[in-house]
Amino acid sequence: MKKIGKSTFFIVVALIFLFSFTTIVGIDYAFGDTSKTYIKGVDDIRLGIDIKGGVDATFEPADDYDASEDQLKAATEVIKTRLASLGINDSEVYSDKDSNRIIVRFPWQAGEENFDPKAAVKELGEMAKLTFRKGTDTTTNEDGEEVPSGEIVLEGSDIESAAADYRQMSETSSPEHLVTLKLNSTGTSKFATATAELAGSSTPISIWMDNYMISAPSVNDTITGGEAVITGDFDADSAQKLADQINGGALPFKMNTVSTNTISPTMGEGSLEAILLAAAIAFACIAVYMLVLYKLPGFVAVIALCGQVAGSIAAVTGWFGFMPGSTLTIPGIAGIILAVGMGVDANIITGERIKEEVRSGKSLDSAIRIAYKKAFSAILDGNITNVFIAAVLMGAFGVPSSFFSKILNNTIFRMFGATAEGFVYSFGFTLLAGVVLNFVMGVFASRLMVTSLSKFKCFKNRKLYGGNEK
Amino acid sequence: MSKKNTQNTTPAVKVYNFCAKKKMILTIAIAAIVALLAGIIIRGVNFAIEFKGGTLLTYSYTGDVSIKDVEDVVKGQVNDKFTVRSGEDVNTGDKQFIVSFTSNDGFNVDKQAALTNALKTKFASNDIKDAESTDVAASTGREFFIKCLVAMLFAAILIIIYIAVRFRKIGGWSAGLCSIFALVHDIVIALATTFLFGFEFNSNTVAVILTILGYSINNTIVIYDRIRENRTLMPKASQNELINIGCTQSLTRSIRTSITTVFTMLVITVVALVQGYTSLLTFSVPLMAGLISGTYSSLFVAPVTWSWWCAKSAKKKADAKKKK
Repeated sequence: MKKIGKSTFFIVVALIFLFSFTTIVGIDYAFGDTSKTYIKGVDDIRLGIDIKGGVDATFEPADDYDASEDQLKAATEVIKTRLASLGINDSEVYSDKDSNRIIVRFPWQAGEENFDPKAAVKELGEMAKLTFRKGTDTTTNEDGEEVPSGEIVLEGSDIESAAADYRQMSETSSPEHLVTLKLNSTGTSKFATATAELAGSSTPISIWMDNYMISAPSVNDTITGGEAVITGDFDADSAQKLADQINGGALPFKMNTVSTNTISPTMGEGSLEAILLAAAIAFACIAVYMLVLYKLPGFVAVIALCGQVAGSIAAVTGWFGFMPGSTLTIPGIAGIILAVGMGVDANIITGERIKEEVRSGKSLDSAIRIAYKKAFSAILDGNITNVFIAAVLMGAFGVPSSFFSKILNNTIFRMFGATAEGFVYSFGFTLLAGVVLNFVMGVFASRLMVTSLSKFKCFKNRKLYGGNEK
Repeated sequence: MSKKNTQNTTPAVKVYNFCAKKKMILTIAIAAIVALLAGIIIRGVNFAIEFKGGTLLTYSYTGDVSIKDVEDVVKGQVNDKFTVRSGEDVNTGDKQFIVSFTSNDGFNVDKQAALTNALKTKFASNDIKDAESTDVAASTGREFFIKCLVAMLFAAILIIIYIAVRFRKIGGWSAGLCSIFALVHDIVIALATTFLFGFEFNSNTVAVILTILGYSINNTIVIYDRIRENRTLMPKASQNELINIGCTQSLTRSIRTSITTVFTMLVITVVALVQGYTSLLTFSVPLMAGLISGTYSSLFVAPVTWSWWCAKSAKKKADAKKKK
């Protein structure tokens, strides 16, 4: 490691402060009517239905359709997965087999004033059944709706996964947003047969989402690779949305909204304030405790912990560009508490080590260096095991298109359907973020700060590090 | 590297003999797990509505109605567990409150009529409209629990493999298995606390179990780390000596860390009690019990079980040699 000078401390503190500040306040840009959010602040956090309340919508099958219990169950799973792909990790989805109803409860969107619960609910109830058909023929059904009538080539069950992409379709065209589909083995052979039949003919293959035709490309060659591409008027968002919808699966029947209500939090109105109050009290006490026990390393620990708490919040708001935001729920808060608790632990482990090394009579420099080195193996192993836990939970209960889920749901969780259970996912998410922060804040930043401070003459006093003599 | 690195190998402080009461600690741990599990199974688990299904009654009203008052009325009418939440119809703007019950056999018509009457009498000026009643199936069913168990089992296997690799110097496989044993101990304690206080098994309970999963393993690993380090410093020491020294050295850290985590849960509990958010207690109280148990088990149950295990396999080896 490069030489750590006196200025390092101030640089690290300034960075942590800047980070915490932007996390809490966020960075908005407003000019006239246009406003753009560069970094989301705490106001942008979507709070879980357990601590903030939300929307309660009741659906029933359209056209007096009599859904079976299995279909209701399937519909419940599809809705949950759709909610999870929207970043809503916290929902209650109930079904009632007697009245054929499905009750969906989900939390308010962040930035509530722009939120239209009716539109959100309508979107959830959309059937989103994907079909590939020969030709573009339609007929009119008894309700007067125009429905596709071409022979079905592919449908949802032939598709293994969908992903949004941005690429050139041919060498001469400009890149565009599109959705790629990976077909399973039956889909691959069906698609190969159909494309072989239509190749070179004037009959296109049309792609439908329910009764809406997305596009109707003509077929040039037989496609045997098991990949299909949907092009159309997509932008990045709409391509992603379609991919998510396809991954989430189709509802087995069309649903109408019976009612849309608001609902108060499970934990009671104002429970968020109670949690925040408790968190503030606990944090203040822990700060004093660390200062009294470990003096200078304790002081540094408090700064590092501030950074860690801010980092956990940042993970939930989606501060980091590469990470999507999440919903803050009680299990999510549990993940933060566990991670921060392990952060405190990391600081206590190092604090104890520094004390031991200083008391054994080493010079201050080497005592600090050796202490961090020895403490690291314990912190590393403890945190890595938590990475395993977080990754397994995120994989088992995440959205099907998410990274860990892709790995796990195709291997060890194969026998289960792809169920997205947002509240477990949100625990894994905050825990994983917190563990990463443990290494950044609890190990790296705190080491820089302690080493840097020990260069100051006024901080050479060994008692400040837990030593017995000056 | 400092030359002084290998100095100071024997700690000046008194080493506590953690392994002395091996049999007693093991017996207590196993007895606790068996007894508490049996208790949980015999008494049955009170699952919350999201895991079990139940009845939702939606009443609409005018004016102001306090949720606390509604709760009091419902409490006087039914014995089942319930929650009351308030809401508003987005289309009509009607105010509502929703009473949800978890019950085995639905919420029968008589009970519902009695409750509706009681509410109408109590809130006579609020024009309470008859309830819309819906019997709902579990939002999260049995498959969730099976998947949860598989996920936890898989995580446990990963952890055992990781410990086996990272702690191979000190016999990692057995150490890994013992850490999982300590973990099971802690989870059972937290679950037993949940039911002892008469809480429902809800999504908070799942959060508690997961938190303890992470916390307990971390605690145990910190102690294993000390044992691993001491193994290089004191190559000639016996297993039990290493365990005793490692636990003693980690004692201050273990206690201090636990104080911070347990204290945090205590603050949440007190705030929840003072402000009346009793639902939060289903999270904070069992977690507090699990955290305390996690500290105890990482210092006693895991290392002691491990010491017992090593002694046993050493004896087996010795016996096998004799036979030859």
